[in-house]
Amino acid sequence: MKFAYYPGCTIGTTAVEFGLSTDAVCEALEVELVELEDWNCCGASSAHSLDHELSLRLPARNVALAQGTGLDIVAPCPACYQHILAADIKLREDEEWRREMEGVLGFTYDGEGRPRHLLEVLSTPEMIEAVRQKVTRPLEGLRVVSYYGCVLVRPPEITGWDDPEHPVRMDLLMEAIGAEPVDWSYKVDCCGASLALSRSDVVTTLSTRLAEAAREAGADVIACACGMCQINLDTRQALEERVPVLYFTELMGLAFGLPGVGKWLGKHTVDPRPVLRERGILP
Amino acid sequence: MAVAYEPDPTFGQAVQERSGAPILRCYFCQKCTAGCPVAYAMDYKPAQIVRLVQLGQKEAVLSSGAIWLCVGCETCGTRCPNQIRLAPMFDTLRYMALEGGYKPEPSVYALHRSFLDSIRLWGRVHELSMLMAYKLRSRDLFSDLAMGIGLILKGKISFLPERIRGLSQVRKLYETGASEVER
Repeated sequence: MKFAYYPGCTIGTTAVEFGLSTDAVCEALEVELVELEDWNCCGASSAHSLDHELSLRLPARNVALAQGTGLDIVAPCPACYQHILAADIKLREDEEWRREMEGVLGFTYDGEGRPRHLLEVLSTPEMIEAVRQKVTRPLEGLRVVSYYGCVLVRPPEITGWDDPEHPVRMDLLMEAIGAEPVDWSYKVDCCGASLALSRSDVVTTLSTRLAEAAREAGADVIACACGMCQINLDTRQALEERVPVLYFTELMGLAFGLPGVGKWLGKHTVDPRPVLRERGILP
Repeated sequence: MAVAYEPDPTFGQAVQERSGAPILRCYFCQKCTAGCPVAYAMDYKPAQIVRLVQLGQKEAVLSSGAIWLCVGCETCGTRCPNQIRLAPMFDTLRYMALEGGYKPEPSVYALHRSFLDSIRLWGRVHELSMLMAYKLRSRDLFSDLAMGIGLILKGKISFLPERIRGLSQVRKLYETGASEVER
Protein backbone atom coordinates (compact mmCIF):
# COMPACT_ATOMS: atom_id res chain seq x y z
CA MET A 1 0.00 0.00 0.00
CA LYS A 2 1.32 3.43 -0.94
CA PHE A 3 0.32 6.98 0.01
CA ALA A 4 1.35 10.56 -0.69
CA TYR A 5 2.46 11.63 2.78
CA TYR A 6 1.66 15.11 4.10
CA PRO A 7 3.54 15.35 7.42
CA GLY A 8 2.47 18.91 8.38
CA CYS A 9 4.41 21.47 10.40
CA THR A 10 4.35 19.82 13.85
CA ILE A 11 5.66 16.41 12.82
CA GLY A 12 9.31 17.52 12.78
CA THR A 13 9.03 19.64 15.92
CA THR A 14 6.54 19.52 18.79
CA ALA A 15 5.11 16.19 17.59
CA VAL A 16 8.45 14.64 16.66
CA GLU A 17 7.61 11.34 18.38
CA PHE A 18 4.42 11.14 16.30
CA GLY A 19 6.46 11.49 13.11
CA LEU A 20 9.11 8.98 14.13
CA SER A 21 6.61 6.39 15.32
CA THR A 22 4.47 6.89 12.19
CA ASP A 23 7.49 6.22 9.96
CA ALA A 24 8.48 3.12 11.92
CA VAL A 25 5.00 1.62 12.22
CA CYS A 26 4.16 2.20 8.56
CA GLU A 27 7.43 0.63 7.52
CA ALA A 28 6.69 -2.42 9.68
CA LEU A 29 3.24 -2.74 8.10
CA GLU A 30 4.62 -2.22 4.58
CA VAL A 31 2.65 0.97 4.13
CA GLU A 32 4.81 3.15 1.94
CA LEU A 33 4.71 6.89 2.66
CA VAL A 34 6.05 9.07 -0.14
CA GLU A 35 6.46 12.58 1.24
CA LEU A 36 4.84 15.29 -0.90
CA GLU A 37 7.65 17.26 -2.46
CA ASP A 38 7.83 20.88 -1.20
CA TRP A 39 4.53 20.82 0.71
CA ASN A 40 3.32 23.97 2.48
CA CYS A 41 1.46 24.62 5.73
CA CYS A 42 -2.29 24.01 5.46
CA GLY A 43 -3.09 27.26 7.30
CA ALA A 44 -4.36 25.40 10.38
CA SER A 45 -6.81 27.22 12.68
CA SER A 46 -5.42 30.62 11.81
CA ALA A 47 -6.33 30.72 8.13
CA HIS A 48 -9.99 29.81 8.61
CA SER A 49 -10.22 32.14 11.60
CA LEU A 50 -9.20 35.22 9.61
CA ASP A 51 -9.57 34.47 5.90
CA HIS A 52 -11.88 31.83 4.45
CA GLU A 53 -10.43 31.98 0.96
CA LEU A 54 -6.87 31.53 2.24
CA SER A 55 -7.97 28.51 4.32
CA LEU A 56 -8.93 26.75 1.08
CA ARG A 57 -6.12 28.06 -1.11
CA LEU A 58 -3.20 27.00 1.09
CA PRO A 59 -4.20 23.31 1.28
CA ALA A 60 -5.22 23.37 -2.42
CA ARG A 61 -1.52 23.68 -3.28
CA ASN A 62 -0.86 20.42 -1.44
CA VAL A 63 -3.67 18.71 -3.34
CA ALA A 64 -2.05 20.03 -6.53
CA LEU A 65 1.31 18.54 -5.53
CA ALA A 66 -0.29 15.09 -5.21
CA GLN A 67 -1.90 15.21 -8.65
CA GLY A 68 -0.60 12.79 -11.20
CA THR A 69 0.64 10.35 -8.57
CA GLY A 70 -2.78 8.66 -8.36
CA LEU A 71 -2.14 8.29 -4.63
CA ASP A 72 -4.36 9.23 -1.71
CA ILE A 73 -2.87 11.88 0.56
CA VAL A 74 -2.44 10.73 4.13
CA ALA A 75 -1.91 13.18 7.01
CA PRO A 76 -1.18 12.36 10.65
CA CYS A 77 -2.61 15.69 11.88
CA PRO A 78 -6.43 15.93 12.05
CA ALA A 79 -6.47 19.67 11.29
CA CYS A 80 -4.23 19.26 8.23
CA TYR A 81 -6.42 16.34 7.19
CA GLN A 82 -9.60 18.36 7.54
CA HIS A 83 -8.27 21.40 5.68
CA ILE A 84 -6.87 19.37 2.81
CA LEU A 85 -10.16 17.50 2.65
CA ALA A 86 -12.14 20.77 2.51
CA ALA A 87 -9.91 22.07 -0.31
CA ASP A 88 -10.26 18.80 -2.21
CA ILE A 89 -14.06 18.95 -1.94
CA LYS A 90 -14.03 22.56 -3.13
CA LEU A 91 -11.86 21.59 -6.13
CA ARG A 92 -14.21 18.72 -6.86
CA GLU A 93 -17.44 20.68 -6.59
CA ASP A 94 -16.76 24.29 -7.55
CA GLU A 95 -15.74 24.41 -11.17
CA GLU A 96 -15.04 28.13 -11.30
CA TRP A 97 -12.80 27.96 -8.25
CA ARG A 98 -11.05 24.90 -9.59
CA ARG A 99 -10.17 26.74 -12.82
CA GLU A 100 -8.87 29.70 -10.83
CA MET A 101 -6.67 27.47 -8.66
CA GLU A 102 -5.45 25.49 -11.65
CA GLY A 103 -4.33 28.82 -13.12
CA VAL A 104 -2.61 30.11 -9.97
CA LEU A 105 -0.95 26.79 -9.19
CA GLY A 106 -0.30 25.54 -12.72
CA PHE A 107 -1.83 22.07 -12.45
CA THR A 108 -4.78 20.07 -13.69
CA TYR A 109 -7.06 18.59 -11.08
CA ASP A 110 -7.75 14.92 -11.78
CA GLY A 111 -9.66 14.15 -8.57
CA GLU A 112 -8.12 10.69 -8.37
CA GLY A 113 -6.74 10.74 -4.84
CA ARG A 114 -8.68 11.36 -1.66
CA PRO A 115 -7.25 12.93 1.52
CA ARG A 116 -7.19 10.54 4.47
CA HIS A 117 -6.15 10.59 8.07
CA LEU A 118 -3.47 8.19 9.27
CA LEU A 119 -5.82 6.56 11.79
CA GLU A 120 -8.41 5.98 9.08
CA VAL A 121 -5.79 4.21 6.96
CA LEU A 122 -4.32 2.12 9.78
CA SER A 123 -7.63 0.96 11.26
CA THR A 124 -9.41 -0.69 8.32
CA PRO A 125 -10.44 -4.32 8.99
CA GLU A 126 -7.62 -5.61 6.75
CA MET A 127 -5.09 -3.39 8.46
CA ILE A 128 -6.27 -4.44 11.94
CA GLU A 129 -5.60 -8.02 10.86
CA ALA A 130 -2.13 -7.07 9.62
CA VAL A 131 -1.50 -5.27 12.92
CA ARG A 132 -2.46 -8.39 14.88
CA GLN A 133 0.11 -10.38 12.90
CA LYS A 134 2.85 -7.88 13.73
CA VAL A 135 2.37 -7.85 17.48
CA THR A 136 5.27 -9.49 19.26
CA ARG A 137 4.82 -7.91 22.68
CA PRO A 138 1.09 -7.44 23.37
CA LEU A 139 0.38 -4.57 25.76
CA GLU A 140 -1.43 -6.83 28.18
CA GLY A 141 -2.84 -5.13 31.23
CA LEU A 142 -2.41 -1.60 29.88
CA ARG A 143 -5.66 0.30 30.26
CA VAL A 144 -6.03 2.83 27.43
CA VAL A 145 -8.65 5.47 26.76
CA SER A 146 -8.75 6.49 23.11
CA TYR A 147 -8.98 10.22 22.61
CA TYR A 148 -10.24 11.33 19.19
CA GLY A 149 -10.63 15.04 19.91
CA CYS A 150 -12.48 17.30 17.53
CA VAL A 151 -11.99 17.45 13.77
CA LEU A 152 -10.68 13.91 13.30
CA VAL A 153 -14.27 12.66 13.09
CA ARG A 154 -16.15 15.93 12.56
CA PRO A 155 -18.00 17.28 10.71
CA PRO A 156 -19.31 13.82 9.77
CA GLU A 157 -20.54 15.04 6.36
CA ILE A 158 -16.95 15.34 5.19
CA THR A 159 -15.07 12.82 7.38
CA GLY A 160 -17.55 9.99 7.65
CA TRP A 161 -15.29 7.03 8.46
CA ASP A 162 -16.18 6.68 12.13
CA ASP A 163 -19.06 7.67 14.38
CA PRO A 164 -18.82 11.38 15.33
CA GLU A 165 -20.09 10.82 18.89
CA HIS A 166 -18.84 7.32 19.66
CA PRO A 167 -15.89 6.58 17.38
CA VAL A 168 -14.31 3.16 17.91
CA ARG A 169 -11.56 2.68 15.38
CA MET A 170 -8.70 3.69 17.67
CA ASP A 171 -10.19 1.44 20.37
CA LEU A 172 -10.18 -1.46 17.89
CA LEU A 173 -6.51 -0.81 17.16
CA MET A 174 -5.72 -0.75 20.87
CA GLU A 175 -7.46 -4.07 21.26
CA ALA A 176 -5.50 -5.49 18.32
CA ILE A 177 -2.19 -4.65 20.02
CA GLY A 178 -3.28 -6.38 23.20
CA ALA A 179 -4.12 -3.33 25.31
CA GLU A 180 -7.36 -3.01 27.21
CA PRO A 181 -9.55 -0.33 25.61
CA VAL A 182 -11.37 1.56 28.35
CA ASP A 183 -14.66 3.29 27.63
CA TRP A 184 -14.97 6.91 28.73
CA SER A 185 -17.29 9.76 28.00
CA TYR A 186 -14.78 12.35 26.78
CA LYS A 187 -13.43 10.72 23.63
CA VAL A 188 -14.64 13.47 21.28
CA ASP A 189 -14.44 16.49 23.60
CA CYS A 190 -12.13 19.23 22.33
CA CYS A 191 -8.89 20.14 24.17
CA GLY A 192 -9.09 23.84 23.29
CA ALA A 193 -6.80 23.40 20.30
CA SER A 194 -5.38 26.66 18.96
CA LEU A 195 -6.15 28.59 22.15
CA ALA A 196 -3.07 26.87 23.65
CA LEU A 197 -1.02 30.06 23.71
CA SER A 198 -3.52 32.86 23.31
CA ARG A 199 -5.92 31.61 26.01
CA SER A 200 -3.89 29.02 27.86
CA ASP A 201 -6.32 29.34 30.80
CA VAL A 202 -9.03 27.74 28.66
CA VAL A 203 -6.75 24.95 27.45
CA THR A 204 -5.60 24.26 31.01
CA THR A 205 -9.23 23.93 32.15
CA LEU A 206 -10.17 21.62 29.27
CA SER A 207 -7.02 19.48 29.38
CA THR A 208 -7.32 19.03 33.11
CA ARG A 209 -10.94 17.98 32.78
CA LEU A 210 -10.00 15.45 30.08
CA ALA A 211 -7.13 14.01 32.12
CA GLU A 212 -9.43 13.78 35.15
CA ALA A 213 -12.04 11.94 33.12
CA ALA A 214 -9.38 9.50 31.93
CA ARG A 215 -8.29 8.91 35.53
CA GLU A 216 -11.87 8.42 36.65
CA ALA A 217 -12.36 5.79 33.95
CA GLY A 218 -9.33 3.98 35.38
CA ALA A 219 -6.99 4.56 32.44
CA ASP A 220 -3.22 4.17 32.66
CA VAL A 221 -2.62 6.26 29.56
CA ILE A 222 -4.47 8.33 26.97
CA ALA A 223 -3.97 7.41 23.31
CA CYS A 224 -4.36 10.20 20.77
CA ALA A 225 -3.98 10.88 17.07
CA CYS A 226 -3.19 14.61 16.98
CA GLY A 227 -0.12 16.73 17.71
CA MET A 228 -2.21 19.55 19.12
CA CYS A 229 -4.24 17.29 21.45
CA GLN A 230 -1.04 15.64 22.61
CA ILE A 231 0.88 18.79 23.46
CA ASN A 232 -2.13 20.43 25.10
CA LEU A 233 -2.88 17.44 27.32
CA ASP A 234 0.77 16.59 27.92
CA THR A 235 1.82 20.09 28.99
CA ARG A 236 -1.35 21.69 30.41
CA GLN A 237 -3.15 19.09 32.54
CA ALA A 238 -3.00 20.43 36.09
CA LEU A 239 -3.35 17.18 38.02
CA GLU A 240 -1.13 16.04 40.83
CA GLU A 241 -0.96 12.55 39.33
CA ARG A 242 -0.73 13.33 35.67
CA VAL A 243 -1.82 10.90 32.96
CA PRO A 244 0.69 10.11 30.19
CA VAL A 245 -0.54 10.93 26.68
CA LEU A 246 0.82 8.79 23.85
CA TYR A 247 0.29 8.73 20.12
CA PHE A 248 -1.51 5.57 19.00
CA THR A 249 1.47 4.90 16.73
CA GLU A 250 3.84 4.88 19.72
CA LEU A 251 1.72 2.21 21.40
CA MET A 252 1.69 0.21 18.15
CA GLY A 253 5.48 0.49 17.93
CA LEU A 254 5.77 -0.75 21.51
CA ALA A 255 3.60 -3.79 20.72
CA PHE A 256 5.57 -4.48 17.53
CA GLY A 257 8.80 -4.38 19.56
CA LEU A 258 10.29 -1.77 17.21
CA PRO A 259 13.67 -0.20 17.83
CA GLY A 260 13.52 3.53 18.56
CA VAL A 261 10.62 3.32 20.99
CA GLY A 262 12.84 4.48 23.86
CA LYS A 263 13.66 7.67 21.99
CA TRP A 264 9.98 8.50 21.35
CA LEU A 265 8.97 7.86 24.93
CA GLY A 266 11.70 10.21 26.16
CA LYS A 267 10.10 13.16 24.34
CA HIS A 268 7.06 13.43 26.60
CA THR A 269 6.47 15.99 29.34
CA VAL A 270 4.50 13.47 31.41
CA ASP A 271 6.89 10.50 31.34
CA PRO A 272 4.96 7.38 30.27
CA ARG A 273 7.80 4.99 31.19
CA PRO A 274 7.00 4.49 34.90
CA VAL A 275 3.46 3.20 34.22
CA LEU A 276 4.69 1.09 31.30
CA ARG A 277 7.27 -0.51 33.62
CA GLU A 278 4.64 -1.03 36.28
CA ARG A 279 2.51 -2.93 33.79
CA GLY A 280 5.50 -5.02 32.73
CA ILE A 281 5.53 -3.58 29.21
CA LEU A 282 8.94 -1.95 29.53
CA PRO A 283 11.75 -3.79 31.34
CA MET B 1 -23.94 42.69 28.77
CA ALA B 2 -27.54 43.77 28.58
CA VAL B 3 -26.84 46.56 26.11
CA ALA B 4 -29.64 47.21 23.65
CA TYR B 5 -28.47 48.04 20.17
CA GLU B 6 -30.50 49.23 17.23
CA PRO B 7 -31.19 46.07 15.20
CA ASP B 8 -29.88 45.70 11.66
CA PRO B 9 -32.64 43.82 9.84
CA THR B 10 -30.31 42.66 7.05
CA PHE B 11 -27.72 41.12 9.39
CA GLY B 12 -29.23 37.65 9.91
CA GLN B 13 -29.73 37.09 6.21
CA ALA B 14 -26.22 38.37 5.44
CA VAL B 15 -24.57 36.00 7.94
CA GLN B 16 -26.69 33.12 6.72
CA GLU B 17 -25.75 33.69 3.09
CA ARG B 18 -22.05 34.23 3.64
CA SER B 19 -21.56 31.30 6.02
CA GLY B 20 -23.88 28.89 4.24
CA ALA B 21 -25.34 27.99 7.65
CA PRO B 22 -29.19 28.15 7.81
CA ILE B 23 -29.12 30.25 10.98
CA LEU B 24 -32.70 31.48 10.67
CA ARG B 25 -33.92 27.90 11.32
CA CYS B 26 -32.67 27.87 14.92
CA TYR B 27 -35.43 27.20 17.49
CA PHE B 28 -33.12 27.66 20.48
CA CYS B 29 -32.82 24.09 21.76
CA GLN B 30 -29.33 25.07 22.97
CA LYS B 31 -27.65 21.77 22.18
CA CYS B 32 -24.79 23.84 20.74
CA THR B 33 -24.24 25.65 24.02
CA ALA B 34 -24.57 22.42 26.01
CA GLY B 35 -21.82 20.70 24.04
CA CYS B 36 -19.48 23.65 23.50
CA PRO B 37 -16.21 23.14 25.38
CA VAL B 38 -15.44 26.86 25.52
CA ALA B 39 -18.96 28.17 26.21
CA TYR B 40 -18.06 28.61 29.88
CA ALA B 41 -15.55 31.29 28.90
CA MET B 42 -17.79 33.12 26.40
CA ASP B 43 -19.64 36.35 27.11
CA TYR B 44 -22.55 35.22 24.90
CA LYS B 45 -23.04 31.44 24.55
CA PRO B 46 -23.23 29.89 21.06
CA ALA B 47 -27.06 29.61 21.06
CA GLN B 48 -27.29 33.22 22.23
CA ILE B 49 -25.01 34.33 19.39
CA VAL B 50 -27.29 32.53 16.93
CA ARG B 51 -30.34 34.23 18.45
CA LEU B 52 -28.66 37.64 18.40
CA VAL B 53 -27.80 37.11 14.73
CA GLN B 54 -31.46 36.27 14.02
CA LEU B 55 -32.49 39.45 15.83
CA GLY B 56 -30.11 41.62 13.81
CA GLN B 57 -28.02 42.54 16.84
CA LYS B 58 -24.94 43.21 14.76
CA GLU B 59 -23.16 45.45 17.26
CA ALA B 60 -23.53 43.02 20.14
CA VAL B 61 -22.38 40.05 18.07
CA LEU B 62 -19.43 41.62 16.26
CA SER B 63 -18.05 43.23 19.39
CA SER B 64 -18.42 40.08 21.49
CA GLY B 65 -15.45 38.09 22.77
CA ALA B 66 -17.31 34.86 22.05
CA ILE B 67 -16.67 34.99 18.31
CA TRP B 68 -12.90 34.87 18.99
CA LEU B 69 -13.13 31.91 21.37
CA CYS B 70 -14.77 29.39 19.05
CA VAL B 71 -12.02 26.94 18.07
CA GLY B 72 -14.06 25.27 15.32
CA CYS B 73 -14.28 21.86 17.02
CA GLU B 74 -17.59 21.23 15.18
CA THR B 75 -19.40 19.67 18.17
CA CYS B 76 -22.30 22.13 17.85
CA GLY B 77 -22.76 21.68 14.12
CA THR B 78 -22.61 17.89 14.43
CA ARG B 79 -25.43 17.91 17.00
CA CYS B 80 -27.69 20.67 15.65
CA PRO B 81 -31.15 19.28 14.82
CA ASN B 82 -31.51 22.05 12.20
CA GLN B 83 -28.22 21.28 10.44
CA ILE B 84 -26.78 24.64 11.34
CA ARG B 85 -23.00 24.44 11.30
CA LEU B 86 -21.95 27.08 13.77
CA ALA B 87 -18.21 26.88 13.05
CA PRO B 88 -18.53 28.51 9.61
CA MET B 89 -20.92 31.01 11.19
CA PHE B 90 -18.30 31.96 13.78
CA ASP B 91 -15.66 32.24 11.02
CA THR B 92 -17.98 34.55 9.09
CA LEU B 93 -18.64 36.69 12.17
CA ARG B 94 -14.89 37.14 12.67
CA TYR B 95 -14.46 38.24 9.03
CA MET B 96 -17.33 40.69 9.41
CA ALA B 97 -15.89 42.02 12.67
CA LEU B 98 -12.51 42.65 11.04
CA GLU B 99 -14.08 44.26 7.98
CA GLY B 100 -16.29 46.45 10.18
CA GLY B 101 -13.38 47.65 12.30
CA TYR B 102 -14.49 45.92 15.50
CA LYS B 103 -11.70 45.16 17.94
CA PRO B 104 -10.80 41.48 18.03
CA GLU B 105 -9.77 39.65 21.21
CA PRO B 106 -6.14 40.83 21.17
CA SER B 107 -4.26 37.65 22.12
CA VAL B 108 -6.27 35.37 19.83
CA TYR B 109 -5.93 37.76 16.93
CA ALA B 110 -2.20 38.24 17.56
CA LEU B 111 -1.62 34.48 17.47
CA HIS B 112 -3.50 33.95 14.21
CA ARG B 113 -1.81 36.94 12.55
CA SER B 114 1.66 35.78 13.63
CA PHE B 115 0.90 32.28 12.41
CA LEU B 116 -0.23 33.45 8.96
CA ASP B 117 2.78 35.79 8.69
CA SER B 118 5.07 32.84 9.38
CA ILE B 119 3.53 30.81 6.55
CA ARG B 120 3.83 33.78 4.19
CA LEU B 121 7.50 34.12 5.15
CA TRP B 122 8.59 30.48 4.92
CA GLY B 123 5.77 28.44 3.38
CA ARG B 124 5.59 26.44 6.60
CA VAL B 125 5.19 27.57 10.17
CA HIS B 126 8.43 28.13 12.02
CA GLU B 127 7.34 27.87 15.62
CA LEU B 128 10.19 29.67 17.36
CA SER B 129 10.09 32.88 15.29
CA MET B 130 6.28 32.72 15.13
CA LEU B 131 6.13 32.55 18.93
CA MET B 132 8.50 35.48 19.30
CA ALA B 133 6.41 37.54 16.87
CA TYR B 134 3.28 36.56 18.79
CA LYS B 135 4.80 37.55 22.12
CA LEU B 136 5.85 40.95 20.83
CA ARG B 137 2.50 41.53 19.22
CA SER B 138 0.46 40.46 22.25
CA ARG B 139 2.91 42.13 24.69
CA ASP B 140 2.82 38.93 26.69
CA LEU B 141 6.52 38.23 26.92
CA PHE B 142 6.92 35.93 29.85
CA SER B 143 4.12 33.37 29.96
CA ASP B 144 4.96 29.74 29.14
CA LEU B 145 8.72 30.39 29.16
CA ALA B 146 9.45 27.34 31.32
CA MET B 147 7.34 25.18 29.05
CA GLY B 148 9.14 26.54 25.98
CA ILE B 149 12.54 25.81 27.49
CA GLY B 150 11.37 22.30 28.39
CA LEU B 151 10.35 21.68 24.77
CA ILE B 152 13.68 23.03 23.49
CA LEU B 153 15.57 20.68 25.84
CA LYS B 154 13.55 17.76 24.50
CA GLY B 155 14.51 18.73 20.96
CA LYS B 156 10.93 19.63 20.04
CA ILE B 157 11.52 23.18 18.82
CA SER B 158 13.67 23.75 15.75
CA PHE B 159 15.87 26.83 15.64
CA LEU B 160 16.13 27.24 11.90
CA PRO B 161 13.12 27.69 9.63
CA GLU B 162 12.61 25.60 6.50
CA ARG B 163 11.88 27.72 3.46
CA ILE B 164 9.98 25.92 0.71
CA ARG B 165 10.92 26.35 -2.94
CA GLY B 166 7.40 27.22 -4.03
CA LEU B 167 7.25 30.27 -1.79
CA SER B 168 6.29 32.67 -4.60
CA GLN B 169 3.28 30.46 -5.29
CA VAL B 170 2.28 30.53 -1.63
CA ARG B 171 2.55 34.32 -1.61
CA LYS B 172 0.26 34.47 -4.63
CA LEU B 173 -2.25 32.39 -2.66
CA TYR B 174 -2.26 35.14 -0.03
CA GLU B 175 -3.70 37.69 -2.47
CA THR B 176 -7.30 37.22 -1.38
CA GLY B 177 -8.19 40.79 -0.46
CA ALA B 178 -9.12 39.90 3.14
CA SER B 179 -8.82 42.67 5.71
CA GLU B 180 -6.05 42.90 8.23
CA VAL B 181 -6.34 44.90 11.44
CA GLU B 182 -2.67 45.86 11.76
CA ARG B 183 0.61 44.89 10.24
